[in-house]
Amino acid sequence: MNSQVAHTDSGDANENGVPNNQPELIQFLTFKLGKEEYGIDILRIHEIRCWESVSRIPNVPHYEKGVLNLRGAIVPVIDLRERFGFESAETTEITAVIIVQVHEDEESKIMGMIVDSVSDVADVEKSLLQKAPEFGEKVNTQFISSLATANDRMIRVLNVDKLMQLNGVSQAD
Amino acid sequence: MSVDLAQFHQVFFEESFEGLEIMETGLLELDQGDVDSEQINTIFRAAHSIKGGSGTFGFTEVSDFTHVMETLLDEMRDGRRQVTQDVVNVLLRSVDCLREMLTAIQDENPIDLDRVKADQDALNVILGGEFSAVVESDADKGQSESVDQPVENESGSLAGWHVVFSPHPNLMQVGNEPIRIFREFAELGELEITVDDHGLPSFHDLVPEELHLSWDMTIKGLIDRTDIDDIFDWVEDDCDFAVRSLDEQNAAKSIPAVEKPAEPVSGNTVAASAEIPSKPEAKKPPAKKPSGTKAASKKSNTGSIRVETDKIDTLINMVGELVITQSMLGLIGENFEVNKLEQLQSGLAQLEHHTRELQESVMNIRMLPVSFIFSRFPRLVHDLSTKLNKKIELKLSGETTEVDKSVIEMISDPLVHLIRNSLDHGLEGPEERIQAGKPETGIVHLNAFHRGGSIVIEVSDDGRGLNAEKLREKAVERELIEEDEILSDKQAYELIMMPGFSTAEVVSDVSGRGVGMDVVRRNIQSLGGGIEIKSELGKGSVFSVNLPLTLAILEGQSIVVGDEVYIVPLISIIESISLHEEMIDNVAGNGETFKLRGEYLPIVRMHEIFSIPNPKVEDLSGGLLVVVEAQGVRFGLLVDDLLGQHQVVIKSLETNYKRVDGISGATIMGDGSVALIVDIPGLMTLSTQFNTNKSAA
Amino acid sequence: MASILAVDDSGSMRQMVSFTLKSAGYDVIEAVDGNDALSKAKSSKVDLVVTDVNMPNKDGISLIKDLRDLPDYKFTPMLMLTTESGMDKKQLGKAAGATGWIVKPFNPDQLLKTVKKVLG
Repeated sequence: MNSQVAHTDSGDANENGVPNNQPELIQFLTFKLGKEEYGIDILRIHEIRCWESVSRIPNVPHYEKGVLNLRGAIVPVIDLRERFGFESAETTEITAVIIVQVHEDEESKIMGMIVDSVSDVADVEKSLLQKAPEFGEKVNTQFISSLATANDRMIRVLNVDKLMQLNGVSQAD
Repeated sequence: MSVDLAQFHQVFFEESFEGLEIMETGLLELDQGDVDSEQINTIFRAAHSIKGGSGTFGFTEVSDFTHVMETLLDEMRDGRRQVTQDVVNVLLRSVDCLREMLTAIQDENPIDLDRVKADQDALNVILGGEFSAVVESDADKGQSESVDQPVENESGSLAGWHVVFSPHPNLMQVGNEPIRIFREFAELGELEITVDDHGLPSFHDLVPEELHLSWDMTIKGLIDRTDIDDIFDWVEDDCDFAVRSLDEQNAAKSIPAVEKPAEPVSGNTVAASAEIPSKPEAKKPPAKKPSGTKAASKKSNTGSIRVETDKIDTLINMVGELVITQSMLGLIGENFEVNKLEQLQSGLAQLEHHTRELQESVMNIRMLPVSFIFSRFPRLVHDLSTKLNKKIELKLSGETTEVDKSVIEMISDPLVHLIRNSLDHGLEGPEERIQAGKPETGIVHLNAFHRGGSIVIEVSDDGRGLNAEKLREKAVERELIEEDEILSDKQAYELIMMPGFSTAEVVSDVSGRGVGMDVVRRNIQSLGGGIEIKSELGKGSVFSVNLPLTLAILEGQSIVVGDEVYIVPLISIIESISLHEEMIDNVAGNGETFKLRGEYLPIVRMHEIFSIPNPKVEDLSGGLLVVVEAQGVRFGLLVDDLLGQHQVVIKSLETNYKRVDGISGATIMGDGSVALIVDIPGLMTLSTQFNTNKSAA
Repeated sequence: MASILAVDDSGSMRQMVSFTLKSAGYDVIEAVDGNDALSKAKSSKVDLVVTDVNMPNKDGISLIKDLRDLPDYKFTPMLMLTTESGMDKKQLGKAAGATGWIVKPFNPDQLLKTVKKVLG
């Protein structure tokens, strides 16, 4: 497990169990698109699946690839590369579909995103998260909620709800 | 130990809403003529139940309000009050008020107390002010207690009391036992009893069931007189008892054996009861502001249905058969040899059969008679016709026609709109009708029946009918059609369902509330159904709404275009044909058409509308055409291949995704892949747009 | 443990009474109206009857009257659930053979107290 601060037990609490200023940790599932590393709050992760073909839906933005059958539920799948306007790449054995929970208005939906590969779970201290820079990023910063560092890697933490917003404007548009 | 009453609330709400329906139906029937006291009794009982339950569960506002209704209904059933239109109307309004109150409580929203007061006042006006007694009853209670006051020095006795208890012979025959009395006295203080058996008859004359003993009791302790009286509450008629304070050795007045209750005031009695009930905690609904504009409703949207036990029994039988078939197959599979193949195949066929039967049974369970929706209409028609000053009778037929629960919930609003429409625009007022030679009372008729795989509900009236000419003119005026466009009468009628059409010059408060016929049609179409209109000027109109029997399952035809599989609802399919050269017509400006039985119908290339890559068939001749119909319009779908027909379970795209034009849902095929279900009317619209864009380009 | 027949056409009341009594250890048989109660009382003797008054298909008072005619139920305690204003009902009930009454609205504790009083 990569972590910036190695507190996962309450070893720093005194005998009465009163915690003494434990840093608040958030966990992210990290994955790769090309050379960049991205992260999503682990609480939003529903499951991770190998890439599989989806059923195309007519007349929708090109990055909304279609829908798949998740144990009886119809789940839409978005190609993140296309969403971000990157060049497309061939699928490989490690191409994955991350199924996430998205909140829209007062509802909750399950959706999938195609990524190049899934890395691991990173523990990051909440106070050490940085704001995303306004420019200079390949990815539209409206999708990035913050930046984190783990094991000398920079992780761009994604805002799942904005990212998976349907009928949103695509990067390439 | 404390029992949490909240667990019974849901049942209470459900049965109360049912009770309100019973009251409403009953009141509407009262309206129409002979007064049947049994009918009034039914209404009374319903109110009484609600009052009882609401009191028990602490919903005091409801209990108090219902109490007033109950009082009025009591007078009616006793014949002390005449049943007039006015009284019925006030009671109907009170039913509405109650419904609102209960809904508010159930949803944990604040009750509209102003409304409650207004309606309660209306009830009180009718009751003629006798009801100020409600306010006084508390004072009355005070009074009855003060009856005891003159013997104040007796009510709290330091030393105790002396009680002589002489039960009548029949005391035990009403289930009362002296032992109980003694037990209760023993709880009050130190008890000494001596029995007096002077009254016992001789052994021969003794009737074992009769009581001929009496007892002398002394209870020591600081005891209230009322506690003693309470113990005798149930038996006061069946015994004589005398109570004397031990403080006064001499002649305290012996209190008469039977306590005289204070005169009951307007049905409020203040007799002391065995237990003085402590006021149930008034449950104040938390004054929570509904979040956003939608107050979260906890009402049965989680959904529950009443199911006849017969349907459940059938289901159980089916499952039983299924289990047998399954174990049979299991046996075959255990030590499988090729010579068992036939057995296996027959077993699988059985499995399919049972599974299908099971599916039908389960679907059947979700089927509800349309009477569920129809039930709100008598009230609607009653109120509306009063408001519009028209005489209107509602006829209902086919109420037992069954439809899936999912459809029932969606069909109600469109029907309400159509009925309002008929009442508001279609039906004439009494004078106009008489002038036209019609009976004074107009008729709105709701008729439901099955046709093919659909349910049809007709809303017909014997009113003015639609004027095709005027409709055409209006449409031209609103620039919805060209001046020279020729429309059949049928097409003219359809104009009223075009967006932008139905703004009446006078927006009547009844139906012109911004929900136009176009929205109604769209909603019905989105469910896979449609509306057709028939009319005769001067005679009346018929609006036919058709909907699939269930929103959950569809009979579909699988088609292939390119590499993709789509499902076309069988209900929309007329036939499938192969195209020959001679049939095709490529008139410039009209698009591609084909000839079918003398008519030229448009061809829709699915691969174009849906942007499907790699279609196999581009050349029309030799192509496969699925002829479909939507909203009375026919066209041919060009496809690559036809696969099988089967029942598919409809899954919504909107759950996790969004609405897609031309697609009504998705289904999961046998191989686990997802196939999209084509929305034929939607496809037609897309095609029209596509062609318009193409010619504009 | 003593058995009680609980009769009320209102589902929520019936459930409440039944649950309260069962929680205190009594055996409870439920009935939805007078007819239902009569047939259940006949097939299985109970130690106490608690019944609502206003019910369809035979009301509480008629039920008590019919029960008293059965030899098994000559001395069985029978309680009516009645509203405060039903004074006349109480008299009718007593005339029919009711042992006593519990006034509505009541809470579970009051119910249990009264039942305990009667059953001992």
